[in-house]
Amino acid sequence: MSEATSKTIRLIITRQEGPKSAPYEESFDVPYRPNMNVISALMAIRRHPVTSKGEQTSAPQWEMNCLEEVCGACSMVINGRPRQACTALIDKLDQPIHLKPMRTFPVVRDLVVDRSRMFDALKKVKAWIPIDGTYDLGPGPRMAENKRQWAYELSKCMTCGCCLEACPNVNSKSDFMGPAPLSQVRLFNAHPTGAMNKAERLHAIMGSGGLASCGNSQNCVEVCPKGIPLTTSIAALNRETVVQGFRDFFGSDYI
Amino acid sequence: MAARDYVSHRLHSLIGVIPVGLFLVVHLTVNFQATKGAGAFNQAAAFMEHLPYLLFLEVFLIYLPLLFHAVFGVYLAFTSTYTVNQYGFLRNWYYAIQRFTGLFLVIFLAWHIWETRIAMALGTPLNYDLMATILSNHALFIFYVIGVLSAVFHFSNGVWAFCVHWGILVSPKSQKIGTYAVLILFLLLGFVGIRALFAFV
Repeated sequence: MSEATSKTIRLIITRQEGPKSAPYEESFDVPYRPNMNVISALMAIRRHPVTSKGEQTSAPQWEMNCLEEVCGACSMVINGRPRQACTALIDKLDQPIHLKPMRTFPVVRDLVVDRSRMFDALKKVKAWIPIDGTYDLGPGPRMAENKRQWAYELSKCMTCGCCLEACPNVNSKSDFMGPAPLSQVRLFNAHPTGAMNKAERLHAIMGSGGLASCGNSQNCVEVCPKGIPLTTSIAALNRETVVQGFRDFFGSDYI
Repeated sequence: MAARDYVSHRLHSLIGVIPVGLFLVVHLTVNFQATKGAGAFNQAAAFMEHLPYLLFLEVFLIYLPLLFHAVFGVYLAFTSTYTVNQYGFLRNWYYAIQRFTGLFLVIFLAWHIWETRIAMALGTPLNYDLMATILSNHALFIFYVIGVLSAVFHFSNGVWAFCVHWGILVSPKSQKIGTYAVLILFLLLGFVGIRALFAFV
């Protein structure tokens, strides 16, 4: 046997039976293979769910889907940083590797969390472009190519939840919706057709748990796997809502 | 249309700069007169004491705004989580320090107002000698140094946060330059505040 196959890597996983059970840690030793990522390590554990102490246990649960960092399903806290397990390469991680669920969200089991609150927030801020009508509305206004390229960066958001996990204002004591849905407001307000409902979206984030709950720790922009300028989006929306608030209070013919 | 939550947050930010922050600058400037001697400080303090409709100015420009800022700020501090161990980014540190200094200032200011303004209302003359007596106690002197530095940090970082919350600093570059600008503000005001404290000992 070559040296590479005898090498093992250790993973310490924070596990939990169900939403209301107490979390506990389990340690696993996995045979090293070149170019492993956290997902392949988890798969190895699933094939052979025996802890470092040699005890048989249940296979740890996690979610995954695209395996190319576009769906956000495999997000978890890896060595203290929320990120996707699929792009967390074993060779680049300090060992032992600590895997924890993103506790900002309700834990379903082991590393599986329920990210419903993000999708609820997207509904709340109307993160879509309404084009349905009783008749054909025809083509919308054109979007400048340079603006489209700029907006594409914002559209990379995969609702993975890393920014909410890192945000000190998203917690059980606050109803803050978090950075991701706010940035989506900026995206849809930038779209020429979406801009027709600009005020509606701004009003939605001027409500309870909206934009103002941001305390500017700026952790979100540091951890976003897609490099989305979340804090710039928030600051830009700060300006937009100040103007909107001014219009609401002093103006008359603006909606 | 804007919910009360949004308005409270924005008012909290505005009030921290105007009038509370501006009062801090005026206050530290008056204190700085002590570096020119007891007479100069007493003259500056007397000028402030003899402003017309002083009680009205105090209530509406200091007490009520400060009370709102403090009460809402304590609420914010206790609904935040502190994550500098996990995320040691500079901004996250400022975020935590902003809340800790705020909580400390509630205690410091309660003590400070009791010792000075309330004592004055109860008949103790507010002058150089009063402060010299208080600051001759080493523990209280350190308490005051920490209090002044907390206030100056909280104000400087608060000016930056105000500029972000009100949509003045938007681009990352402007936010970065803003950080340097308030750092200079912190150093200058910090010097004024600490230099004044040493003028009483």
